[in-house]
Amino acid sequence: MQDFAGAFTLAFSLLASFDADLYEIVGLSLQVTLSAVLIAALIGLPVGALIATTRFPGRGLVIVVLNTLMGLPPVVIGLLVYMALSNAGPLGVLRLLYTPGAMIIAQALLVTPIVAALSRQVIEDRHGECAELFRSMVVSWGRAIATLLWDARAALLTVALAGFGRAIAEVGAVIIVGGNINHVTRVMTTAIALETSKGDLALALALGIVLLIVAIAVNGAVSALRAGTVPASHV
Amino acid sequence: MPLVVEGLRYAIAGRPLLGPVDLRLDHGGITAVMGPNGAGKSVLLRLLHGLVRASSGRISWAGRALDDGIRRRQAMVFQKPVLLRRSVAANIDFALKLRAVPDIAGRRDELMRLARLDHVAQRPARVLSGGEQQRLAIVRALALEPDVLFLDEPTASLDPAATLAIEDLAKTVRDRGVKIILITHDAGQARRLADDIVFLHGGRVTEHTPATRFFERPASAEAAAFLAGKIVL
Amino acid sequence: MYGLRSLGFVAVAALALASLAIGSARAGDFIIIQSTTSTQNSGLLEAILPEFTEKTGIEVRVVAVGTGQAIKNAKNGDGDVLLVHARAAEVKFVAEGWGVKRHDVMYNDFVVVGPAADPAGISGMSDAVAALKKIAAAEAPFASRGDDSGTHTKERALWDETGIDVAAASGGWYRETGSGMGATLNAGVGMGAYVLTDRATWIAFSNKGDFRVLVEGDDRLFNPYGVILVNRQKHKRVKADEGQRFIDWLTGADGQRAIAGFRLEGQQLFFPNAGGATN
Repeated sequence: MQDFAGAFTLAFSLLASFDADLYEIVGLSLQVTLSAVLIAALIGLPVGALIATTRFPGRGLVIVVLNTLMGLPPVVIGLLVYMALSNAGPLGVLRLLYTPGAMIIAQALLVTPIVAALSRQVIEDRHGECAELFRSMVVSWGRAIATLLWDARAALLTVALAGFGRAIAEVGAVIIVGGNINHVTRVMTTAIALETSKGDLALALALGIVLLIVAIAVNGAVSALRAGTVPASHV
Repeated sequence: MPLVVEGLRYAIAGRPLLGPVDLRLDHGGITAVMGPNGAGKSVLLRLLHGLVRASSGRISWAGRALDDGIRRRQAMVFQKPVLLRRSVAANIDFALKLRAVPDIAGRRDELMRLARLDHVAQRPARVLSGGEQQRLAIVRALALEPDVLFLDEPTASLDPAATLAIEDLAKTVRDRGVKIILITHDAGQARRLADDIVFLHGGRVTEHTPATRFFERPASAEAAAFLAGKIVL
Repeated sequence: MYGLRSLGFVAVAALALASLAIGSARAGDFIIIQSTTSTQNSGLLEAILPEFTEKTGIEVRVVAVGTGQAIKNAKNGDGDVLLVHARAAEVKFVAEGWGVKRHDVMYNDFVVVGPAADPAGISGMSDAVAALKKIAAAEAPFASRGDDSGTHTKERALWDETGIDVAAASGGWYRETGSGMGATLNAGVGMGAYVLTDRATWIAFSNKGDFRVLVEGDDRLFNPYGVILVNRQKHKRVKADEGQRFIDWLTGADGQRAIAGFRLEGQQLFFPNAGGATN
């Protein structure tokens, strides 16, 4: 398999050549996935915190459903979003199909259950340690949640990274709702799928390596950010 | 103050853990709650602080039933201190902001000096030693400006030097007019600190007497056995 | 307090999302073509579309899927123009009112590719049906798209002529990938299975291994492409004017010249044949 060595060489020469198309694709991948993770965090964290800190009938069932949704196949989400955003669908009027907005929606749907389910666990554990303290200090529910979220920030960043990893790597949803349109909705994974279908396995693999490098860069940046706000000994 | 407890009972799933307890505690000084494990000391403290709800009976502070208004005038330090995952200073700030204390920076510095933690102000609270963590928990409780401070075995797992530091801190707090209600297993500590002793056994108060009298002539057989170093069941 | 703040965050995010989406949807004039992978994988559209965009200012966004999927998407109104290669399905699409009119655009042909070892011994044959019969008789592996695409439609028609029930052999020597042309070629090369493919995709395909064209030249392997404007009567958001301009260009002198001029490895992949229209 001379493809392997060739793919590595190609990956680095692609990056080094500052190929405009490649950087556009990488940029769109990051824009779509980071937006999706941000939205997923804004929805998933409060939902996770809410479930973690309250008791209500059917709570166990909600948690089981949430945990199950973490395994939702991207292609199913892609289909659901397609059916909703299609001109024949209820949200067709938004004209979002085959735009980055549609891809963000699909990935946000993919990641939100992950953020909600994992943060629920993280916050619930922390809440177990702090609940009596909060009650003793007469801390309001809202402030208690804000405190728990801040205290669990290191673990929650890891949760966000898990979501990022799932979203940046998925192809099934974005190829359906984005359409893999050149210069419009083509991202790393759909470009890899396209090159594979053209039989250009070396280029596909090279793009895969570029995707990994991008993911490493994002993880590294978050790691540095965490080191800045949370001393290692404090985690 | 005063605290009046009448016919207080606490049971879980029909199994009685405490009571009936009748008790009256007056303003100021340090009250030590003693007794063997399972006597109901921690449950009593949590009931008095409103962390758990009594099955029956009445608790009144200065004639008022226990509500959030009263509870805001109280603070509690747990046996294993629960610290927020932030710096020493930020832990104190959290409590100061909670009670909207004016001059947060000045008050925080004063409290850190009181706990002799000013040199570690910006360290994460969780890297402190056990004694330092407990001192931080105590001054953070003080930041709430309570009238009553509950201490649940604050020195249970500390060495003598750390224990002494906590006891000194407790005395300072007492001297500022804060009523302290302290659970301890350590008869020596009770002797050093307490003004009066509440002795619990089997969920009931077997005696409540001034400390000097308690250590000289305990009224109940259980307390006498406990002080004599016998194992009380 | 926290609830209000998080509500605010969500609102801001929703707005950001909406503005981003609107921004990308309203950026200039564009039309969406629902097309097949062969026109994209071969590089044809990428090569000829810039000329149209330069002339008209209309950007063309291509969604390349199988013909069956492309027709379904067009029925949902998710495209302005349909450019595919399954004539019967196209005629039906227009007859049912989904499309305005079908125009001939270009053609090429299908070929059967297979391993150099050629276990069924079909190399050099020009009778596609006879070749398929030999493959079936040898029970040599055959990889089918199995995805209701234009190529798959053609393949089923050829099998029908052989009278062989391939469904019975499915999972045995007859293997349905349920994927696009490229993925099916990758699978075919991987397992040494014969594949029916359009010539354009084959020439542009890089992972040929020792595969080569074994059967070609049968009239039944004719592969015509049609272009259809999606009917505005069915979906009022169809950009009929821009779509029609594209069809006029593609079937006009400039578009036809561009198609004829597109070459890969020295070979012409598509042959223009506009002029015919089917209502």
